[in-house]
Amino acid sequence: MATAAPAFDDPFIPVSGAPAIPVGEFAPWAVLGLLLALILLYFVSTEQGAVALFKGTSVHEFVHDGRHLLGFPCH
Amino acid sequence: MTKDLLWRGMLAGILAALLATLFARVYAEPLVDRAIAFEAAHESHAGMHGGHDDDGAEAPVSRAVQKSLGLATAAVLYGAALGGIFSLVFAYCYGRVGRIGPRTLALLIAALGFAIIAVVPALKYPPNPPAVGHGDTIQLRTAAYFAMIAVSIVALIVAARVRTMLVGRWGAFNALVGAVAAYILVVALAQIGLPRIDEVPNDFPASLLWDFRIVSLGMQLILWAAIGLGFGWMAERRLRRGVAPR
Repeated sequence: MATAAPAFDDPFIPVSGAPAIPVGEFAPWAVLGLLLALILLYFVSTEQGAVALFKGTSVHEFVHDGRHLLGFPCH
Repeated sequence: MTKDLLWRGMLAGILAALLATLFARVYAEPLVDRAIAFEAAHESHAGMHGGHDDDGAEAPVSRAVQKSLGLATAAVLYGAALGGIFSLVFAYCYGRVGRIGPRTLALLIAALGFAIIAVVPALKYPPNPPAVGHGDTIQLRTAAYFAMIAVSIVALIVAARVRTMLVGRWGAFNALVGAVAAYILVVALAQIGLPRIDEVPNDFPASLLWDFRIVSLGMQLILWAAIGLGFGWMAERRLRRGVAPR
């Protein structure tokens, strides 16, 4: 029985032969992904709280429990 | 490759969010209900959320919807966003931060993300149940909370720089200790500088507040752990396949 097996045994897999993903390939998707993520996060965390794009409180009320539980200031 | 990782990250985030929703439904919702009952019993804080407007005004969203579809939607959107950003951090770090296997790297990023995004900002501004917090300070509280998250992320970047600077002179272990110290220093200074917020009603049950915050932390732990494990598994499969067939 191996008593000194490594704790992490998943080997490094080269990215299609390269050591890492080239920045040129990474950058456009990073911009798109970040933009998308920030829009989603805005609606979960802040819309109709500190800032409001839409009138009323329906968005706020709908995500109310999640907003509290995910740690965002709610009201 | 980045594109494939991004979609996988968002998928992992959504699946993790569903798991976290299940947890929250069982452990958190009874606490939220109790907090709302407290709020309703204390008319002073006229509630602006659903199902418990005592003025007879029609609530825009009922409690039943808030704790089922609303909770799931909020968690899934949050999970998708978190998973997406997570996958981008992974895509950049993979092969750049040492030659670490994909599953290990994903788990490392998840552990770090949980600490940096979920735990550290909450030390200064912990999650609050309904009935805690004045409506008229929402701007300040939101700004302060986001500032704390931003500081935590910036401090991490500073720490990474410090480590790179020191590693040649001090060796890897000592440089890591130095980097952690730098992170703590930056965060500690911000914690002193940012405004103190104390809006817990005097007679709010302390045990309920504790339980809510612990469950909230548990939800974050499930979210990050599931993203780290799930995405790591998906990323490894994708990397093994090599060049995309498309």
